[in-house]
Amino acid sequence: MTATVRPSRNGKSPHAAGRDPRARVLMKGNEAIAEAAIQAGCDAYFGYPITPQAELLEWMARRMPELGRVFVQAESELGAINMALGAAATGARVMVSSSSPGISLMAEAMSYMAGSETPMVLVNVMRGGPGLGSIGPSQSDYFQAVKGHGHGDYKVPVLAPASISEAVELVATSFELAERYRTPVIILADGTMGQAMEPVDLSFRTPDREAFDWALTGAAGRPPRVVRSLHLAPEDLERHNQALQAKFAEIAAREVRWAGERLDDADLAIVAYGTAARVARSAVARAREEGLSVGLFRPISLWPFPSDELRDLSARVRGILVVELSAGQMVEDVRLAVEGRAPVAFHGRTGGMVPTPDEVVAALHALAANGGAR
Amino acid sequence: MTVVETRPPGERVIFRRPELLVDKSSHYCPGCGHGIIHRLIAELLEELELAPRTIAIAPVGCSVFAYEYLAVDWVEAPHGRAPAVATGIRRVRPDAFVLTYQGDGDLAAIGTAEIVHAAARGELISGIFVNNGIYGMTGGQMAPTTLLGQKTTSSPTGRDAQLAGFPIQITEMLALLPGVAYAARGSVADPAHIGKTKAMIKRAFTAQLNGEGFALVEILSNCPVGWNMTAPESMAHLREVSEVYPLGVLVDRAKEA
Repeated sequence: MTATVRPSRNGKSPHAAGRDPRARVLMKGNEAIAEAAIQAGCDAYFGYPITPQAELLEWMARRMPELGRVFVQAESELGAINMALGAAATGARVMVSSSSPGISLMAEAMSYMAGSETPMVLVNVMRGGPGLGSIGPSQSDYFQAVKGHGHGDYKVPVLAPASISEAVELVATSFELAERYRTPVIILADGTMGQAMEPVDLSFRTPDREAFDWALTGAAGRPPRVVRSLHLAPEDLERHNQALQAKFAEIAAREVRWAGERLDDADLAIVAYGTAARVARSAVARAREEGLSVGLFRPISLWPFPSDELRDLSARVRGILVVELSAGQMVEDVRLAVEGRAPVAFHGRTGGMVPTPDEVVAALHALAANGGAR
Repeated sequence: MTVVETRPPGERVIFRRPELLVDKSSHYCPGCGHGIIHRLIAELLEELELAPRTIAIAPVGCSVFAYEYLAVDWVEAPHGRAPAVATGIRRVRPDAFVLTYQGDGDLAAIGTAEIVHAAARGELISGIFVNNGIYGMTGGQMAPTTLLGQKTTSSPTGRDAQLAGFPIQITEMLALLPGVAYAARGSVADPAHIGKTKAMIKRAFTAQLNGEGFALVEILSNCPVGWNMTAPESMAHLREVSEVYPLGVLVDRAKEA
């Protein structure tokens, strides 16, 4: 079957009636994520323009009103995520998206939503920082996404796609996790993932809906409900925090996601996610041609982090190379998981620069030469 | 709900707690105007039979606990963001009656972008804006609405325009926007003003019900503790406050049309 290729800016859904649902369509990452959210039953989207995620907002601006759903271009990222907070508090399925500087502004409401246990999917198409940085791809918001955006003791699930097709699937997964655990969920992509075009399987998925016993619908025929994060009495807030921590422990136990490639006979392993994992995959192939036995360990859930799986891996390999589009952020979690069982090296580029497979292969040779390989 | 009351023959009830007003003692300081304003809202939600479909948004500030006293569905907004939170609710729940309750620090300082743009979009929201000219919850600091010369814990020698600028008449600013169907300023200074304020709130509610646009009622209220006054002194002082913040309807587009 010939892949269906159509320009992605024609304002039409690739899911339009009459199209073969098994078709593959060439789509830009930002647009595929937006359409996946629509097909997942997203009721409302709130956004604010920022490069390199503007096409996501533009896709929603066209499609959501067509479907009688809610699109609002807010006055700021603060406005956008607080609109999402309000809509989500009524039980609606909501998404916001932005890129790094905008996510910093959204940090406040992320804390409130984690505290008040409000489901939402947030997409960060990361760009270079700090500050206004650049509009090039980056993974320098790992700490922000994984270690906490706003104040307080909380975590939210963070999912990192390494292809546009995977991003499509993870959008549906994110809505499921958000509603199952009453939490914001982050899809952590980067400028490359947002801007690149790839053939996408139109295997969209719509998670089932359940009735929420906490959603604000007007107190007709029932006692009033309050969605809040304020618990002024220390005893109350500690109890609330304990309940949140129990929830995080359950997520950590049940929702770890990762993928391994060519690890069975590997002497060395690369750990990378997202775009860095794509570069790493090329590097693995090239390094194997050059006689190094290398595999790829690819975290998909950055929180919960696949620490146990990495620990097991570290007992089987002679060395680990972490590759990131950052100055070294996820590498800290890798080292915590490995706990010195194997040497952990790092190769990263920053500012919108992307590591080349050649650079990664050179780093693998250096790791092997430093005792990291037989 | 039917309330069966028994009383001696010849007597009648002339004053009673609205059912929506929860029967508990409040955290508000003695003499504070929030209680009066809560009561006006409760009365109107009952009179207009809006309570079963009301979703209200609580601010950050003294009235963060409004959800303890008014028996409707509430969501708590981050500081200043109530109009954005209300927008999200409004857009996904066209059947809801959406009510925001904000103080002057919340609405006229940290939340200026959110209030301006919710108003500019003409969101079908009814906003209650309680202006007591001070940050009460945090101990009486200067607010954007604090009068020139007024002493607060962060303007200890009195608000000086050179240092801290001028009081902000934000409701007048908002009244310029075409999205604003109704904007008015009332006061809780005395029963006559309270009655007028109730009529203003009712009009702000009907503006939403009629789909006219954004509606806001600013209510000059007192903060005896923050103002370092007795409750009666603070009520009397509201007359001076209303010289800077004139009372009355600022815009009512349905009437103008």
